[in-house]
Amino acid sequence: MLVIGAGVAGLVMATVLAGRSAAVCVIHRQDPATRASHFAGGMLAPWCEAADATPALVAPGIEAIDWWARHVPETCREGSLVVAAQRDQGELARFARRTAGHRMCPAAEIEPELDGRFSQALFFAGEAHLDPRAALRALAAGLERQGVEIREGEVEEADHAGFDHVIDCRGHAAAPMLPDLRGVRGEMLLLRCPGVTLRRPVRLLHPRIPLYVVPRGGGVFMVGATMIESADRRAVTARSAVELLNAAYALHPGFAEAEILEAGSNIRPAFPDNMPALRRQGRVLHLNGMYRHGFLLSPHFARRAAAIVFGEDTMETGEAA
Amino acid sequence: MRVYGVELPSRLLLGTALYPSPAIMTEAIRASGAAVVTVSLRRESGAGEQGAGAGQRFWDLVRDLGLRVLPNTAGCHSVKEAVLTAQMAREVFGTPWIKLEVTGDDDTLQPDVFALVEAARILTADGFQVFPYTTEDLVVAGRLLDAGCEVLMPWGAPIGSGRGLNNPYALRSMRAHFPNVPLVVDAGIGLPSHAAAAMELGYDAVLLNTAVAKAGDPVAMAGAMRRAVEAGRMAYEADPMEARDMAAPSTPVFGTAAFA
Repeated sequence: MLVIGAGVAGLVMATVLAGRSAAVCVIHRQDPATRASHFAGGMLAPWCEAADATPALVAPGIEAIDWWARHVPETCREGSLVVAAQRDQGELARFARRTAGHRMCPAAEIEPELDGRFSQALFFAGEAHLDPRAALRALAAGLERQGVEIREGEVEEADHAGFDHVIDCRGHAAAPMLPDLRGVRGEMLLLRCPGVTLRRPVRLLHPRIPLYVVPRGGGVFMVGATMIESADRRAVTARSAVELLNAAYALHPGFAEAEILEAGSNIRPAFPDNMPALRRQGRVLHLNGMYRHGFLLSPHFARRAAAIVFGEDTMETGEAA
Repeated sequence: MRVYGVELPSRLLLGTALYPSPAIMTEAIRASGAAVVTVSLRRESGAGEQGAGAGQRFWDLVRDLGLRVLPNTAGCHSVKEAVLTAQMAREVFGTPWIKLEVTGDDDTLQPDVFALVEAARILTADGFQVFPYTTEDLVVAGRLLDAGCEVLMPWGAPIGSGRGLNNPYALRSMRAHFPNVPLVVDAGIGLPSHAAAAMELGYDAVLLNTAVAKAGDPVAMAGAMRRAVEAGRMAYEADPMEARDMAAPSTPVFGTAAFA
């Protein structure tokens, strides 16, 4: 079986197939910075994400937390925190109304360094997070240990020959084949700030730009992410950088002294309902449309894709080429 | 409602930003019955100086609705930015219509009315049909009409605030000052009752976005707004009674039996 793409969808797909003893080959572009997952937050936050999406992602999201904890032992299962500035308390009340799996408490009870800034916070004890780049390296290493061939290069139609199944997990690069796949631009920053200690992801609700800070360990934090209806691949704009830095600073003034290690941007692949889908086009099965939820939903959708290629499941949502 | 020579079958104009997904946006717009949708080129669609086309698939979704598109210049802070964005919008959507927004204050997103009037003059001379997002200031309104605008869109309250009509008195005097100009309350609507109140004042239409997009069920809220706009307009046309200080019983009390 051929898996195209080595972002989170491709590597999870290959891992699931290899785990079922299939002979798998992965082909991908060399540069990790071409992948949306390289810039992901790595939050495994099914309850929080359901606030602006569908409750249907909660169960697959819980499945994902267990999946990642099995495959990447560094997965941190210490929950996540949601806060809002005093003037945006209405946003916090609304978020509480629209989500489950949380309790209201002072932020400092969970993250002592937030003492005095956020008297009310929502703590989602069941949520988790991971470092996306480290997690994908761990999956790739696991695949190589199992003898899976991981090859660099562009994929031509001819490369499909010799494979019973081709699973295309290329994200936005597959847009020419998927007319309703669109790009949603995201921008993020990596900050190093040893003076700040946060153990878990913190979301800052804001009526205009909901943002989050995810600890990566070693004093490094990821701040993300913008959501812009565009497949524009240029570098982070000044405006977005200012918004991201403002959010980090509002959360913890200690971030004022942070080093900016990286400013990254990439394109999330999304279908019109913003949920992933499996699409059949001839011999190719597309797993795409991960949108904001590559780490959260790949395990579930890869399991379903495997059931399809092993003939245990028929396509329900499939469409002909 | 007739604006720039076009008869619109609905008095609700709806924005396309902030929905949970394009699929829900599409459904909500249909439920609203809106004949006009606004779309932001600059921010939500990310079209910067070089980005035209990058938001193409989202714009295609908007275009596929088959409704009249009113592009806006949201996110512009100067005359130059607004004019450039309007020109790009005309190319992308093939319409001379432009909702002109020039932000003067970032906290309230209050329009910079000086830049607004100047940009309206430039765009009108360039063949645009301008829908200016303005305050309820009557002098500014007069200048916008002088600049060639044939419709005015005063705010109800700051964009996205959902506070309703902050200054009904001023909105009422604007209606009285410009009886023959199409007037649209744009921004600040949070509830169907706010939309109905605007229509009861005699406004020709209501433009809103966040109240529907950020509702728990955007499709249901779109239907509620549609009915509120219809109800408010019907009430205005029905010539409502005047409020009074004293009770005025609807059945006579004189001559009825009195019980101790």
